[in-house]
Amino acid sequence: MSGEAKLKVATVSLAGCFGCHMSLLDMDERIIELLEHVEFERSPLTDIKRVGRCDIGLIEGGVCNAENVQVLREFRRCCHTLVALGACAVNGGLPAQRNHLDVGQCLQAVYLSRQGLAGGRVPDDPELPLPLDKVHPVHEVVRIDYFLPGCPPSGELIFTFLSDLIRGRSPRLGHPALRYD
Amino acid sequence: MMETAHFLLDGVAVPFAEGQTILEAARAAGRYIPHLCWHPDFPPHGSCKLCIVAVGGRHLSACATPAVDGAVVASDVPEINAERRALLQMLFVEGNHFCPSCEKSGLCQLQALASELGMTTPRFNHFYPDRPVDASHPDVLLDFNRCIYCELCVRASRDQDGKSVFALTNRGIHKHLVVNAESGRLGDTDFAADDVAAGICPVGVILRKRVGFAVPIGSRTYDTRPISAVSMDREEP
Repeated sequence: MSGEAKLKVATVSLAGCFGCHMSLLDMDERIIELLEHVEFERSPLTDIKRVGRCDIGLIEGGVCNAENVQVLREFRRCCHTLVALGACAVNGGLPAQRNHLDVGQCLQAVYLSRQGLAGGRVPDDPELPLPLDKVHPVHEVVRIDYFLPGCPPSGELIFTFLSDLIRGRSPRLGHPALRYD
Repeated sequence: MMETAHFLLDGVAVPFAEGQTILEAARAAGRYIPHLCWHPDFPPHGSCKLCIVAVGGRHLSACATPAVDGAVVASDVPEINAERRALLQMLFVEGNHFCPSCEKSGLCQLQALASELGMTTPRFNHFYPDRPVDASHPDVLLDFNRCIYCELCVRASRDQDGKSVFALTNRGIHKHLVVNAESGRLGDTDFAADDVAAGICPVGVILRKRVGFAVPIGSRTYDTRPISAVSMDREEP
């Protein structure tokens, strides 16, 4: 049995493209080194659906629907340290570029009036979360402890960032590591 | 013999000539003070406030404050850099600064300064402005959603190109960039892609068409060198 208890890490992709999760995996074999110090709780990597008490929560993506809000609040309740991971979590990113459009008109354009679409209807299954009128960065909904911008932040940067957090250091970012693209 | 006049910038003596501003003298001495609206070819504008420094407890724009013998100036200190970050954060949320989808990424002074000063979050609530882009000109595209109101294009077009193509209109939160044409469209002006104003935008408002990705992301000016180093060579990215 290893001496120190492992930190619990939960991750989620809200209104994101899973690119930040791909980048997390892009740290390659260093994820084994990481796993000596952490274990993944709720995450697309473990397929655990509900988040429990965690030390670190990584949020990819902004907030675009009611379920995103609920999951994000749950993460805030359960995670000691919450990290906005990547451009979309930090400022809404690509999904937020719909913010100057009316959401109702968006749905109509996609499901009703699109060329070649006959007899379409706006999906209204009660299981589908309702879209918000605007996409928000996560810090507009809950308190966020750290931000790691980038589209996506590189696997190396995520590794360095998590290594700092695990060792109880405040991650510090500057040029050239701190990128927004 | 009289000693050369000098002031202390972060504890280091910086000599200056009569009439020089703090920013000019610091720059001549190889010391960088962050700035966005200041440009060596133009008189100080004093609008972006990124060049804020503390002089005897007062916070002043280094670009518009004459150097004074014996002054004690603080610039690269946590308190001042925190104020600069707050100014950057306000600029970021007032516009649509989505770096991953902006072709100016890596060549943008706003982005480069934010990276150098360690701005990890826009912190405030976003405005997400909705100002239509102007693609009417054959060689240049305008994306008004990224304007930081530095007026460099206004000044360059008026004072160097002699055309007065651009202007800022309205006040305060409603201030925005306009094109000086009856139609409001750049295509209806005598603006040309080789105008000084076409290459002076520090952010991604004035974009030359068909060259946006000639240099790949990752190999661009500020990808490899911080703005504090690049700025000492020249102003345009």
